Amino acid sequence: MSETRIVDARGSFCPGPLMELIAAMKTATVGDELEVLSTDRGSAEDIPEWIKKVGHTLVSSSEEGGVYHLRVRKAK
Amino acid sequence: MKRILIVGGGTGGTILANNLARRLRPEIDGARVSVTMLSASARHMYQPGLLYVAFGKMAPSELYADQKTLLDPVIHFHVDPVESFDLDHNEVKTKGGSVYDYDYLAICTGSRPELVSVPGLMENAHHVYTEDAAVKTAEALRTFEGGRIAIVTGVPHKCPMVPLELTFMMYDYFKDRDLLDKVSFMYTYPIGRIHSLENVAKWAAPEFDRMGVRYETLFNAREVDGVKKCVHSEEGSKVEFDLLIAVPPHKGMEVIEQNKLGTAGWIPTNRATLAMEGRNNVFVLGDTTNLPISKAGSTAHYEAEVLGENLARLVTQGGAMRFYEGKVFCFIEAGKDRATYASFDYKNPPQPRPPSRAIHWFKLAYNRLYWNSVRGLL
Ligand SMILES: Cc1cc2nc3c(=O)[nH]c(=O)nc-3n(C[C@H](O)[C@H](O)[C@H](O)COP(=O)(O)OP(=O)(O)OC[C@H]3O[C@@H](n4cnc5c(N)ncnc54)[C@H](O)[C@@H]3O)c2cc1C
Repeated sequence: MSETRIVDARGSFCPGPLMELIAAMKTATVGDELEVLSTDRGSAEDIPEWIKKVGHTLVSSSEEGGVYHLRVRKAK
Repeated sequence: MKRILIVGGGTGGTILANNLARRLRPEIDGARVSVTMLSASARHMYQPGLLYVAFGKMAPSELYADQKTLLDPVIHFHVDPVESFDLDHNEVKTKGGSVYDYDYLAICTGSRPELVSVPGLMENAHHVYTEDAAVKTAEALRTFEGGRIAIVTGVPHKCPMVPLELTFMMYDYFKDRDLLDKVSFMYTYPIGRIHSLENVAKWAAPEFDRMGVRYETLFNAREVDGVKKCVHSEEGSKVEFDLLIAVPPHKGMEVIEQNKLGTAGWIPTNRATLAMEGRNNVFVLGDTTNLPISKAGSTAHYEAEVLGENLARLVTQGGAMRFYEGKVFCFIEAGKDRATYASFDYKNPPQPRPPSRAIHWFKLAYNRLYWNSVRGLL
């Protein structure tokens, strides 16, 4: 497993962060972990929904100083 | 002499140029200021009209005006697209080989649909983003005798309302043809609700429910299989179709990317001053900004008014004073004879009202008034 890749989508608004995650997932391999950084609350809600729909794993999610950190493992 | 150069003669560029001509009349007459526009076309297209072309409500010829006739005569207008930008030396070079230098530059080159980003989309989908495509969509709707219609949207795209409007207008069109019992609608959208603006999604979902339009959210098209007639999503789901209507994802113009002014052709822009990030004499407006707001003519219009005022102050008094507050106004056609609208800015979300005939007629009137609007007469 490679090290966690950061998808820095801070400052971008819905649907920007989700689109950046989708693009990053395309080039990742199964088992890779990606961490999305987002300052957009709407995206912080959308991204877990998307992960659930696709069947990836949400490893953790937290918020710190207005920045959402969503860690995802590519499952398929 | 202070030279203002505008690159792009669409909605934003034209409004800006005429606004400057009006504000700076004495300076231009006194040869202290010049305003030059470079564009890629001698014709100006009223792009929102493409939606009406697809439903046979406007003829393609009604979409165009001669750009020169829309501009104040004091503006120097050249049809010669820019090929390279040298922002460090305040000059641009055109396809025709000319070099134009400037004191202030405004970039408003618009955006374009990128169908190739989804394999199979170009070959199998109808859309309304070029004249040719809108004419073909009209023919496809006219000859459709029933079946599954899928609406697939990519982001970002020009005019946020088009996916909804296409759906509402198709519904009424097939209702008029007495075909509704033979037609099913499947509307898909990339994020977790049926429109990017939350209140618009809240308004539209019950309308769809009432009409029997089914929808799937978090649907990002991965590829279109033209043989099996289905669209596969990044999320692993599949939508089948007999008629596929796409709102393709867009990019800014190639020239922007080639000159490394912004990823995917979107130029990093200050949301209040509209200055290109890192530059104080380069401004950006309309579709080609990277701002998280609608890529709409009304966005370009409001931005152009702010920028016109600021540039006029910059060349005469030395400082910009107005800020763009994110204002956008979009009509939403809710069928063949009803419409509503969304009016919003950075701080205030839209509150769409129940659709009415009056708003629809107002939109139809605007389709004709557009030319006077870009001339600065409205
Ligand atoms: C089907 C459809 C429906 C729409 N409906 C609506 C609506 O209801 N309401 C709304 O507000 N908006 C609507 N829009 C969106 C609206 O048309 C655009 O957002 C608007 O035109 C953007 O203005 P702009 O000035 O940024 O770009 P444009 O108006 O696209 O102008 C770009 C200009 O740049 C020029 N150019 C390109 N490359 C170069 C170059 N290299 N050098 C020099 N010049 C160049 C082009 O020739 C053109 O003149 C719709 C669009 C479509 C396609």
